[in-house]
Amino acid sequence: GQDSSAGDLMPMPTSPATDLLSPAAPQDTSLFSSPRPSGPNEVDISSPLVYGTPSSRVEGTPRSGVRGTPARQRPDLGSVRKAPQVDLHSDQPSADNAVASEPSAGQNLVIWGTDVNVGTCKEKFQRFLQRFIDPTSTEDENAGLDLNEPLYMQKLEEISVVGDPVLNVNCRHVQSFDAELYRQLICYPQEVIPTFDMAVNELFFERFPDSVLEYQIQVRPYNALKTKNMRNLNPEDIDQLITLGGMVIRTSQLIPEMQEAFFQCQVCAFSARVEVDRGRIAEPAVCRNCNNTHSMTLVHNRSVFSDKQMIKIQESPEDMPAGQTPHTTILYAHNDLVDKVQPGDRVNITGIYRAVPMRVHPRQSNVRSVYKTHIDAIHFRKTDEKRLHGLDQDGEQKLFTEDRVQTLKELAAKPDVYERLASALAPSIYEHEDIKKGILLQLFGGTRKDFSQTGRGNFRAEVNILLCGDPGTSKSQLLQYVYNLVPRGQYTSGKGSSAVGLTAYVMKDPETRQLVLQTGALVLSDNGICCIDEFDKMSDNTRSVLHEVMEQQTLSIAKAGIICQLNARTAVLAAANPVESQWNPKKTTIENIQLPHTLLSRFDLIFLMLDPQDEAYDRRLAHHLVSLYYQSEEQMEEEFLDMAVLKDYIAYARTYISPRLSEEASQALIEAYVDMRKIGSGRGMVSAYPRQLESLIRLAEAHAKVRFSEKVETIDVEEAKRLHREALKQSATDPRTGFVDISILTTGMSATARKRKEEVAQALKKLIQAKGKTPAMKYQQLLEDLRGQSETAITKELFDEALRALADEDYLTVTGKTVRLLA
Amino acid sequence: MLSTQDWIHAPLGVVEEKFAAAQKGSSPGWEAEVVEFFKEQLKEKSAQSLVPSLNDVPLHYLKPNSLVKFRCFIQDMFDPEFYMGVYETVDGPTDAKMLHCGKYRDVAECGVDFNSKNTVTAERQTFYCVPIPGENLWVKDGYAGSSQARVVASTSYVPSRQKRSYEEDEDMDTQPQKQAHAGLQGPTDLQSNADCKRQETEAPPTQAASASHLDLNFPLPGERGPACLVKVYEDWESFKLNDALEVFGILSVSPALSALAEERDASSSFLDPTEGMETAEEQRVHSPPASLVPRLHVLHAKPLQHNNPLLPHATSDDNGAFLSSTVAEMASVRAELLAYFTHVLLGDGLAAEFLLLHLLSSVYSRRDALPLGKFTLNLSGLPAASYSERLYQILQQLVPCSWYLAMSLQNMNQTRLRPRKDYTANRLVSGSLQLAQNTSLFLDETRLEPGQLDATGVCNVTALGNVITWQKVDYDFNYHQMEFPCNINVLIASEGRSLLPSDCRVHLEAQVTPAHLEEYLSSIQAFPQTSSQLNRFRIYLSVARLLDYSISDQMTKYVEEDFVEMRKDDPQGVSADDLHRMLVVARLLCLSLGQNHLSRDGWLRAKHMEMLRRSRMEQHQTVNGNEP
Repeated sequence: GQDSSAGDLMPMPTSPATDLLSPAAPQDTSLFSSPRPSGPNEVDISSPLVYGTPSSRVEGTPRSGVRGTPARQRPDLGSVRKAPQVDLHSDQPSADNAVASEPSAGQNLVIWGTDVNVGTCKEKFQRFLQRFIDPTSTEDENAGLDLNEPLYMQKLEEISVVGDPVLNVNCRHVQSFDAELYRQLICYPQEVIPTFDMAVNELFFERFPDSVLEYQIQVRPYNALKTKNMRNLNPEDIDQLITLGGMVIRTSQLIPEMQEAFFQCQVCAFSARVEVDRGRIAEPAVCRNCNNTHSMTLVHNRSVFSDKQMIKIQESPEDMPAGQTPHTTILYAHNDLVDKVQPGDRVNITGIYRAVPMRVHPRQSNVRSVYKTHIDAIHFRKTDEKRLHGLDQDGEQKLFTEDRVQTLKELAAKPDVYERLASALAPSIYEHEDIKKGILLQLFGGTRKDFSQTGRGNFRAEVNILLCGDPGTSKSQLLQYVYNLVPRGQYTSGKGSSAVGLTAYVMKDPETRQLVLQTGALVLSDNGICCIDEFDKMSDNTRSVLHEVMEQQTLSIAKAGIICQLNARTAVLAAANPVESQWNPKKTTIENIQLPHTLLSRFDLIFLMLDPQDEAYDRRLAHHLVSLYYQSEEQMEEEFLDMAVLKDYIAYARTYISPRLSEEASQALIEAYVDMRKIGSGRGMVSAYPRQLESLIRLAEAHAKVRFSEKVETIDVEEAKRLHREALKQSATDPRTGFVDISILTTGMSATARKRKEEVAQALKKLIQAKGKTPAMKYQQLLEDLRGQSETAITKELFDEALRALADEDYLTVTGKTVRLLA
Repeated sequence: MLSTQDWIHAPLGVVEEKFAAAQKGSSPGWEAEVVEFFKEQLKEKSAQSLVPSLNDVPLHYLKPNSLVKFRCFIQDMFDPEFYMGVYETVDGPTDAKMLHCGKYRDVAECGVDFNSKNTVTAERQTFYCVPIPGENLWVKDGYAGSSQARVVASTSYVPSRQKRSYEEDEDMDTQPQKQAHAGLQGPTDLQSNADCKRQETEAPPTQAASASHLDLNFPLPGERGPACLVKVYEDWESFKLNDALEVFGILSVSPALSALAEERDASSSFLDPTEGMETAEEQRVHSPPASLVPRLHVLHAKPLQHNNPLLPHATSDDNGAFLSSTVAEMASVRAELLAYFTHVLLGDGLAAEFLLLHLLSSVYSRRDALPLGKFTLNLSGLPAASYSERLYQILQQLVPCSWYLAMSLQNMNQTRLRPRKDYTANRLVSGSLQLAQNTSLFLDETRLEPGQLDATGVCNVTALGNVITWQKVDYDFNYHQMEFPCNINVLIASEGRSLLPSDCRVHLEAQVTPAHLEEYLSSIQAFPQTSSQLNRFRIYLSVARLLDYSISDQMTKYVEEDFVEMRKDDPQGVSADDLHRMLVVARLLCLSLGQNHLSRDGWLRAKHMEMLRRSRMEQHQTVNGNEP
């Protein structure tokens, strides 16, 4: 029983208008004519949703069974106990005779304001728990469970073992099992979830009568199908169960919220407990024992508090329409959900959307005509958790409508889809078809393979591309385009970024004063593309971190006591300018851009973007540019694929398509590799390394993805070969011989150059030997002697290299300006 | 039919009337009717000018719940809010129930029955709006001067800037008095006017006091004017951040709104779930006192295509006639303006040409990431430091919105250029690059000084570079960056080559000897500018920007041929970038002559100008060996 003064409270329902707006409950309208039962006493008894109050909590002795286990209040659901049941067929909402134990009467009983019948609902949910099987489940929560057995019964078993009394229920499962139950759950979560709680506890203690839990099991539904964008929330969603995605931007400190106030009479020490109802305590004015007025005082440390935290989430940047600012929503987390998320986390939250009227003044009765809205969180699901675990799944599962998928598939079925997509890529940039194709394949990426079981680690699936060429050949523009196209793109310039800006740095958080790890561009573009402009301007130090990222796809950090390895599965698209501002066709790629070959060999494709200086090209270029300036937006769109379609196409392929090599394709790859090796072998040089084979495989896979094909076929390999060859032709041609020489990229030196170096070294050795027994020689003297002897010009660099080679043989040492013979 | 008075002075009456009619069941679509009614009333420009403007009338002279207009800029967008669209009140003693309409209001009547089944919850969106940043004085004066509004206030008011006044008993059709007449009024008026004027032009005491604890978040430092919470009821998705708008709405300054904030400090009842949700800062930002930041419930809003008071509104019918009459005389105005610029730019005709084109440029389209139509000009070789400031002052007289940024070390290291999200107060803290479209940004590089840029400085320089190259600003959302496209005309004044990128650089060749420079500079200021001539320039610059432009197939062919020829002659010197630039120059050149298509003559002239510019650059390079 409660003090009658509670009735004086002005009722402030969380949302006055939902019933009217909710289209799902048309029969409700008949209920409005009936006056609301007043007085909390009868309601309390009648409600089947009465929990054990916290006062019934018994400490110490082991207990079991539903009655023995204390229930824990669910502040996330608000005050449930106030919900009376009404008989649909009786005019008078006679709550008194509506007792749940009478099954005949119970048939027609529904909770006031809803169409939920407690008995049926409970039964249905128990049936769901006992029977639901999802053989195709891929959720990581279900790892280790037998998929052919009832899923949730296994989870209950887990609860009995682990003792964590929380049952997460996927709403999608409920929906596929019983659509009606699902509808009720979404529309009346405040009533239905406690019913679920009751059902699951009955079932649980029936099954595991001996298990001891801290408190009764609580059901936490998640993944409500109506996954909402924050922008689409509207008044119709009030008091409904919703799932929202977003990013946590702020968490408050822990707020102790009083659940039950403890009052003691100062005269006779009689104590009374009053439950907090929507933030208000009905202070007993009269002591019921001694009848003194105003003698009851609140005793804080005997009152019951629960944890509460305010969390703010903001729309994810991907969901936002252009030109608007992101929306934010306030969340309340209760009890064990407190401190589950940190600012910066990407989360999917499931909860009940609430709206409360705002008072202008506590003592004033006119209110501002606006509501404050928030969400009572029931379930959190982090969406970016996987980054640390490295699960083989893309972070963002974008949802596609049926229509969209259909359009995409139609597009994929076209024979020229590859060319179409390539031309849709950066239409403002003229020609460079092969480069665009290369970038297209990079956008799709290869198939991720995990050999960590066999100890070989992950194989890189991302395609790295380097563009080098004359300044002003719209390299930056291409990078900017790609950066705008992909959801997780990062754009940095080699000039402005340091190693820490690319990787990660440790800083002191101004609020918490703790050291926190701030991730840089490479980590942020995990699963995306990192565009690095002015790659050549990067300091060596900065460049060195790229070595690990570009092959192992991880980043190791050891600073300020934080040692960790982060995933950076990013594709790198870099642009470099030649050192001499203009590309020198007489020099090799390495010489032109002065990048270490160790880094260059990590690029799958290296393209040259040169000014072709040819009349026909100029004409087409001019036409293209002029049309750019006068064609209207619509005309352009007719000609080219919409950027949004391209985006979706890529996202779809990346998420759902993972092609595998077919038998013929493997054969074709083997042949291609052998051919590549053969080319050089005649001239005594190596023309391909396993890295090139891996590149071929990645490219072939990406091409299969473009076709939406689950199988890599010979045509994919053909295109991969062609593209690879094209890129090589541009970047790895030895200017001295005119042959394609892969060693330019792998060792930084063409085979001819290496041969020349060896010859000089040998000549030098002979020269020294000819001099006879002279332990030390002047450097300058030796150079002049060699120059005099040799027919070809000996540069100082060449001479130095020869000396170094001989020093490596332990034949001599060079100290300052003298050369000494060893041994 | 309602009289004009009624719909301006008591617009809520109109709303109530329609609402009541809807309750009787006669017209279910009353909401649309209300919107339509005001749209209809405001169709005429004369009607619009009857509505007092928040921009020129001080807030305390405006009647609460009357119709006002506000020329503003969307600085921030708050979260949508739910309000009681329709609610029912219960009268205590009689128990009589009554339905009310909650739309276009902030505060509900007493005795709201929260459990009523008739309550309708609806949604609206709040925008935080400030006056258009960088709006020049002549624009403000121009708008204020055209206003016909007669404000029925308890005291006579003197609008702060229009320098004229109305008397209480004046007729509706008051003739706007000339500026010169302001001082020739009756002695009694003069006395009160002078007082008012001082109060309002110098910072009003209330505002000054409040500014210390309430930051109104203007993008540019030193701005003043009313900030306003604009509540939008219809298709708010169409509005974008940084849009310049003219809104007509119901002014709400209920003191109850302010009471909220004060009450909050006193009662810290954390048990109440409605409170404690917001931090104190957030509270201050989102519900500032209504006396400082009034609420405006929008009945009608339209985006501003241009912010030039001398031009008719795009909606009015006489627009076409106006355009054709201006276009006819564009060539002559252009010649005048060019002569003026040549004079201002120390006799350099070529630089004057480019400056003129620069002032007409605007991003008219975007292809992928590439903005088309931008034309950033770098005027190098400026003489003394004070010259650039003079130049800016002159431009200020011509363009509607502009901002001057001296790129001194201190400025670069300390100004906040990029807007930043403040999560504590939950608002977008403005930065100087949050500007409305077609704002002129004048970067004065002659103020550069030796020293080191710190992290903020580097960030700022990058941000400026992004504006110039991509016409976008990355707003800092702490956890991520968000890109907002912009359309800002950047003019860089520098001594040597600018450290920032630019589309076109012109080295100034002064025809004035350094010895006479001082004298010459002072004469520029004194250059007799009759108001009508200035106005012609202003109209010219705005109109040329609004013209349509096309390139015929024939011209396309011609340009292609020409480009191929140029490449043949000089394959190293002519690149795709040059073609880009020449196409922009040609476009602007044709527009400046009032032509809406590319002509052969225009193309050749553009080529010629480019050639002159390049040869001057080369010449300059040889003279000055250290130039790259």
